[in-house]
Amino acid sequence: MRLHDLTRAMINGSTTGPAPGVDRDMSNAMPPRALPLLDNDNTAYWTGGANAELLIHRCSDCGYYVHPPVNFCPDCEGRKVAPHPVSGKGTVETFTVVHQQWVPGLKVPYVLALVTIAEQDGVRLAGNIVNCEPEEVSFGMPVKVLFEQNEDVWVPLFEPDPDAGAA
Amino acid sequence: MDQRYPEKNCAITGIGQSEVSRGATKSALELTVDAALEAIADAGLSRADIDGIATWPGASDVTTGFSPVGIPSLQDALRLKLGWYCGGGEMPGQYGAVFEAIGAIAANLCNNVLIFRTVYEATARKASFANSLLRAGTRAQGMFSWYAPYYNYAAAMQQALFFNRYVHESGIKPEQQAQIAINQRRNASLNPKAIYRTPITLDDYFNGRIIATPLRIFDCDLPCDGATAIIVSRMDIARDLPNPPIRIEAVGTNMHYRNEWTQLDALATQAQPAVAEMMWSRTDLKPKDVRLAQLYDGFSFHTINWLENFGFCKRFEAGDFIADGKRIALEGELPLNTSGGALSAGRLHAYGAVHEACTQMWSRAGERQVAGEPDVCATSTAGGPLAGAMLLVRD
Ligand SMILES: [Zn+2]
Repeated sequence: MRLHDLTRAMINGSTTGPAPGVDRDMSNAMPPRALPLLDNDNTAYWTGGANAELLIHRCSDCGYYVHPPVNFCPDCEGRKVAPHPVSGKGTVETFTVVHQQWVPGLKVPYVLALVTIAEQDGVRLAGNIVNCEPEEVSFGMPVKVLFEQNEDVWVPLFEPDPDAGAA
Repeated sequence: MDQRYPEKNCAITGIGQSEVSRGATKSALELTVDAALEAIADAGLSRADIDGIATWPGASDVTTGFSPVGIPSLQDALRLKLGWYCGGGEMPGQYGAVFEAIGAIAANLCNNVLIFRTVYEATARKASFANSLLRAGTRAQGMFSWYAPYYNYAAAMQQALFFNRYVHESGIKPEQQAQIAINQRRNASLNPKAIYRTPITLDDYFNGRIIATPLRIFDCDLPCDGATAIIVSRMDIARDLPNPPIRIEAVGTNMHYRNEWTQLDALATQAQPAVAEMMWSRTDLKPKDVRLAQLYDGFSFHTINWLENFGFCKRFEAGDFIADGKRIALEGELPLNTSGGALSAGRLHAYGAVHEACTQMWSRAGERQVAGEPDVCATSTAGGPLAGAMLLVRD
């Protein structure tokens, strides 16, 4: 992403109205997901779902999870940080129920959330909360990961975790 | 002057603002020239006196209108001879350009710095959807790629994640939140240059559609076309100019938090508490000395966050502080975003706020003038992990 996109998104205000360039798809399919460019650091995260694994970089020396991933541990300064399968369980740290139909075909409302992984406080993963009604999502709600393949990316999503009991 | 704090040796000496509209008849560069010439004249200076320029975030090749004009275009249009210039985006918010200018003046690189910010978003949005995360045929890179696949079309959604956590932790009531938008619309009704000037009621606010919880449409700022310019001068020069110098009493510029949008340490408060603490550490003044607040309002919740982070009220008590809006009204103890701000006057992106601060401190605000010749103003920029803060004092 170019700098102007970054700064624009960072300090943005309201942005409303449909996208002129988007086809008016009359089917029920959601619009395509925007996908990340894969690189050395993030490929494990975005493709672990091919083996049904949520892979988070972890320090081999001290066990600290480093996310977003980079081969440096800010805790012990170790340089052996590698992808490590985690449980895929977590809790909803925060969320928003989106009502604005930003582009044609977008089914609203839907939920965008930040999920804290069960293994380490402060490691937060963005995702949609699916397989429940938006009004059922709450702060601290236990969730578990599932994956949706889009091209060469297995997008992590989250759904209520029945094993965790009621939040 | 305390040599540890070079900002105190710098003052705003003139301000300028182009026409502000939902669709300019002039080019973005001409709007910028209009603002710059007005500011230079207001300061009692001429083009030959301007020897520095600073801006945030610099020109981009965008179709979004976010920042269409940069320093090279303006320098050439005005044929300025500069000792120093600086424009860029990786700074402590929009006021980063002011902080850079303070350093340049302290380093004796220049004496009178023209600082500007131009937006052309109203016109741009007539042609294209300003969507940073979904661009046909490209893939997302960098920090925002972590959000990209999740139908994340706008800053409203990214920031709603922070704001909803704030609502959860603070218990602020929707009718308290609403007073930010209602108060600013009332202020805008007294500002001839504001874009939306019809006052709104609580019912109007709740009839506004929900964008992403907890944001309704009136909580979101208003894209516009316009340019703002200010002149920052060294204090010994400022004292000989026509306007009473508006001294930069203190600045807050730090980055102590994780500057990553999904990993913010302080979700509910955003990365602002440490910035405000730094600002207060550089002055003997206290929150109770502030007569006027022009707080960033890309969304109403930024303003709510800043009320707490500056210490005008305790953490998570902004709702009760705002209450029915009387305290933040023009007649209240802390008049807030007195031009109508970005929510109603137009998204001039923090430079509307500093322009209004000076307008009030020079008693030029007409019907919306705050009584008692306010002489201390707190002002801030940006949300998310970005933040910058300034305390302005009229000499
Ligand atoms: Zn380690």
